[in-house]
Amino acid sequence: MAGKVITITSGKGGVGKTTATANLAVALAMREQRVVAIDADIGLRNLDVMMGLENRIVYDLVDVVEGRCRLRQALVRDKRLPELFLLPAAQTRDKTAVSPEDMVRVCDELRQSFDYLIIDSPAGIEQGFRNAVAPADEVIIVTNPEIAAVRDADRVIGLLEAEEKGPIRLIINRLKPEMVRRGDMLTSEDVLELLAIELIGIVPEDETVITAANTGRPVALSDDSLAGRAFHNIARRLLGEEVPFAPLREPGLLERLRDWFGRKEGEP
Amino acid sequence: MKFLDRFRRRREPPSGEVARERLRLVLTYDRTSISPALLETLKDEIISVISRHVPIDPERVEVTFKEGAREHQLVAHIPLRPTGRGRRR
Ligand SMILES: Nc1ncnc2c1ncn2[C@@H]1O[C@H](COP(=O)(O)OP(=O)(O)O)[C@@H](O)[C@H]1O
Ligand SMILES: [Mg+2]
Repeated sequence: MAGKVITITSGKGGVGKTTATANLAVALAMREQRVVAIDADIGLRNLDVMMGLENRIVYDLVDVVEGRCRLRQALVRDKRLPELFLLPAAQTRDKTAVSPEDMVRVCDELRQSFDYLIIDSPAGIEQGFRNAVAPADEVIIVTNPEIAAVRDADRVIGLLEAEEKGPIRLIINRLKPEMVRRGDMLTSEDVLELLAIELIGIVPEDETVITAANTGRPVALSDDSLAGRAFHNIARRLLGEEVPFAPLREPGLLERLRDWFGRKEGEP
Repeated sequence: MKFLDRFRRRREPPSGEVARERLRLVLTYDRTSISPALLETLKDEIISVISRHVPIDPERVEVTFKEGAREHQLVAHIPLRPTGRGRRR
């Protein structure tokens, strides 16, 4: 088995990297893939709480790198999905505790026993980011349809392209169809045109993402939310399935009328 | 009120469009480090170099940045000053 390493990064903080990592890991594991989610945000770990596994951590990535435990011992099994594991970050150390070479070494070992390694990158373009992208076979950029997030995404794409890292694909997260329709939010077409990279999915703004974080049950565990379904579509695209994008077009007359009468938006 | 807003809104471009146009400029500068100030400097220097050899009309010189799909260009538009001797159109 030679697992694939996918790094989730963004430049800007708070755009949904950790949310995307947790949900893609869950969605892939639900599709019979052996998956390990790796938290590379050392010192600010969150993937454990997003996945609801914070109480079961014994060792972490830095313990592995510094030889205090074997890699196997640091992996936390997700009891809900037998094929899903977490490699937590250390909370009391900083990014310099791990080097890009360490990450490559750890991932090369994990590739032997997993189909997918999903790495949650910290924000920024410094060492933590370098660590997270060093072992990547593929990179997913997460952005929001907002000016600062898109600008930072562009910067990161530039850095990755200069290093010939890739393929690079884009998730547009927290899109609000209602605001787009009013003309008060960048459209997904705007973002794609500006960034000029391939789209892998659009995730709408969805309150269930927040309640899911509250309870440590990623939305992708069930299929009754828009965001959960969006993450499953992304997982299917990662697995090479052709999943059509829901129509990304101007609202027609009917939708406009519906709008005027205050009806809610359909599926993205 | 909402109803009236829809008409009032027409006057200014919606904020999403403003964001798109601002981003287009910002990304161009970020990607190439060619700022409006740099374009001004280039223009001044081009005027002084060229006018040492050929009479030009400094007022009408333009130096702009043109973004292409794969290649970006600096485009200088440098009108010559009519000398009275050359062929008119
Ligand atoms: N699609 C979404 N809808 C609503 N809230 C979201 C969505 N995606 C992320 N969030 C919220 O945004 C916040 C930041 O997300 P997070 O994944 O921690 O970002 P990052 O890891 O990039 O810093 C969290 O509170 C999360 O619940
Ligand atoms: Mg995070």
